[in-house]
Amino acid sequence: MDIVVCVKQIPDPADPGELDPATNTLKRDMKLIMDESDSYGVEMALQLRDAAGDGEVTLVSMAPHEEVNGLRSALAMGADKAILVSDEALAGTDALGTARVLAAAIGRAQADLILAATESSDGYTGTVPEQVAELLGLPSVTFAKEIQADSGEVLVKRQTEAGYDEVRCPLPAVVSVTAGVVEPRYPSFKGIMAAKSKPMDQVGIGDLGISADQVGWAGGGQEITDVSPAPEREAGEIITDEGDAHERIIALLEELRIV
Amino acid sequence: MGTIWVHAEVSGGKVASISLELLAKARELADTVEAVVGGEGEALAAELGAHGAATVHATGDLDGGLAGPAVASAIVAAIEGGAAPDAVLFGTTYDGRDVAGRLSVKLGAPVITNVVELEQVNGSLVGTEPVFGGTVNVSTRFNGAGVGLFLVRPKSFAAEESGGSPAAVSALPVPDLGATGAARVVDRFAEESTGPKLDEAGVVVSGGRGLGEAEKYSMIEDLAKLLGGAAGASRAIVDAGWVPYSHQVGQTGKVVKPDVYVACGISGATQHMVGMKGSKNIIAINKDTEAPIFGIADLGVVGDVHKVVPKLIEALQARG
Ligand SMILES: Cc1cc2nc3c(=O)[nH]c(=O)nc-3n(C[C@H](O)[C@H](O)[C@H](O)COP(=O)(O)OP(=O)(O)OC[C@H]3O[C@@H](n4cnc5c(N)ncnc54)[C@H](O)[C@@H]3O)c2cc1C
Ligand SMILES: Nc1ncnc2c1ncn2[C@@H]1O[C@H](COP(=O)(O)O)[C@@H](O)[C@H]1O
Repeated sequence: MDIVVCVKQIPDPADPGELDPATNTLKRDMKLIMDESDSYGVEMALQLRDAAGDGEVTLVSMAPHEEVNGLRSALAMGADKAILVSDEALAGTDALGTARVLAAAIGRAQADLILAATESSDGYTGTVPEQVAELLGLPSVTFAKEIQADSGEVLVKRQTEAGYDEVRCPLPAVVSVTAGVVEPRYPSFKGIMAAKSKPMDQVGIGDLGISADQVGWAGGGQEITDVSPAPEREAGEIITDEGDAHERIIALLEELRIV
Repeated sequence: MGTIWVHAEVSGGKVASISLELLAKARELADTVEAVVGGEGEALAAELGAHGAATVHATGDLDGGLAGPAVASAIVAAIEGGAAPDAVLFGTTYDGRDVAGRLSVKLGAPVITNVVELEQVNGSLVGTEPVFGGTVNVSTRFNGAGVGLFLVRPKSFAAEESGGSPAAVSALPVPDLGATGAARVVDRFAEESTGPKLDEAGVVVSGGRGLGEAEKYSMIEDLAKLLGGAAGASRAIVDAGWVPYSHQVGQTGKVVKPDVYVACGISGATQHMVGMKGSKNIIAINKDTEAPIFGIADLGVVGDVHKVVPKLIEALQARG
């Protein structure tokens, strides 16, 4: 079974970026890492490949400055190869433009199944996987918490408001997975060494048949009209528990007529 | 503004609260408000009408098919048939995102996502979304012609009845979906849940990594139950597998605005606070005086959750 996993490379969330006051976009000049949300998709792909006993896991990423750091992490976990789309024209590309690029890049790989995360940690639009599916003309199942593959189809447990739905979907298909559903493996030392020599197909948008006006700022079709700090909330009273804090809490709940 | 369509969803046999919230906002912004439903419209017509929808465009039973491709294709067919609205509003929900994503590709139009405020400025709709964990608000509008697509976070607006008569039901035929419609729901499982839903509860009690271990989450559930509320969680313990994702409060989880929010052993990361700082009253229990959650708490208790919470439960039980 051949699986493509979308892997977004993002600034370290522990060190959030800032907006460039000139363009109102995120400054992204630091080293990028694999979005943790995608580590679940990578893990799931590795498990499905290994259970099937054949096939390859190909990573697909669109990132600035030919960034490969996050892809190397996923290759070190055990993915077989990667496709990286990097192009100056991509600066400012929105979710739809990103999906166009990813869909074209996925077209370069063999794929029975395409995995992505339900939402990225930095953009969190949560629409890219479904947009990729539509662009490729494929069925999709979002919010997967479990995937079983057998003979040309997948059986997916899809999160719902009430619990989950069991969804049967023929392949090829796009499936997005939620965080925390599998335990992403740590790369071994051997894996990290091997990752350095795994195939990395680096392409620009021209190689994908995409023109500059379909992506970037121009392709976005939306503009930022205002950026302002969110209103702050004031702190109230702080007490130290001396064994009676629960009484204070109850007094407040009584005052609010909750109890 | 002329016409706004609201993607209406069903929850527990009724119109979901997010859909009613969107209808209330749409009424403020547009002359005509109509609902779009992936499913049967008849049973919802009265409630949708009472919240201001003049018409409900309903696909009819999807027969196990997923909403994304079906509803998006049906909307496109309606638009091609000459019924284009100025904008379509979706809730940031499992199905809302799917429909908006598919529709955006079909219309070649972007979606403005994570919207928490919508207003009309110089005749165009502007959506505001929080970024950087809710510390900064960014407002965006479309600069092209065509239908504006907005994905709105639940609890951004208050639902309000308009007293309207039942919506007229109009058929919204789903065209042939080809391969895109091949996924089928074969079974539905409801996780056992008692008490109110997390995003509708008047009281939310949430637990975080400070609980120490998965088993201790039962304390959070017990307290929530005693207060007639729902149990929530920080992402730390969702990612650790202690509780399902449906419990997560925050940027990538649910937005809650209860009368009282009780945070137990939660540090108060910006991504958590963006999901709960709209609560009317916040009570926080944390052993670290420096925990950021205290910066927004009405009552902050510096203490051990393993001591304070059991005593609270005991005292509430004693009151009967
Ligand atoms: C892009 C992105 C999106 C995110 N989305 C979300 C989201 O939607 N929701 C969310 O919650 N998080 C989200 N996070 C994660 C967030 O940044 C924090 O990591 C998370 O909220 C921390 O959870 P926590 O407070 O339970 O754990 P910690 O930060 O580890 O805090 C535990 C707290 O418990 C206290 N404590 C320990 N022991 C005790 C005790 N015995 N008694 C009392 N207090 C005790 C500690 O003092 C500490 O303050 C997101 C992160 C990123 C990068
Ligand atoms: N630039 C990118 N490169 C690779 N995958 C991406 C990219 N952007 C989004 N994705 C995938 O789509 C998912 C949802 O992204 P988003 O719609 O931005 O929340 C991400 O978690 C990734 O799996």
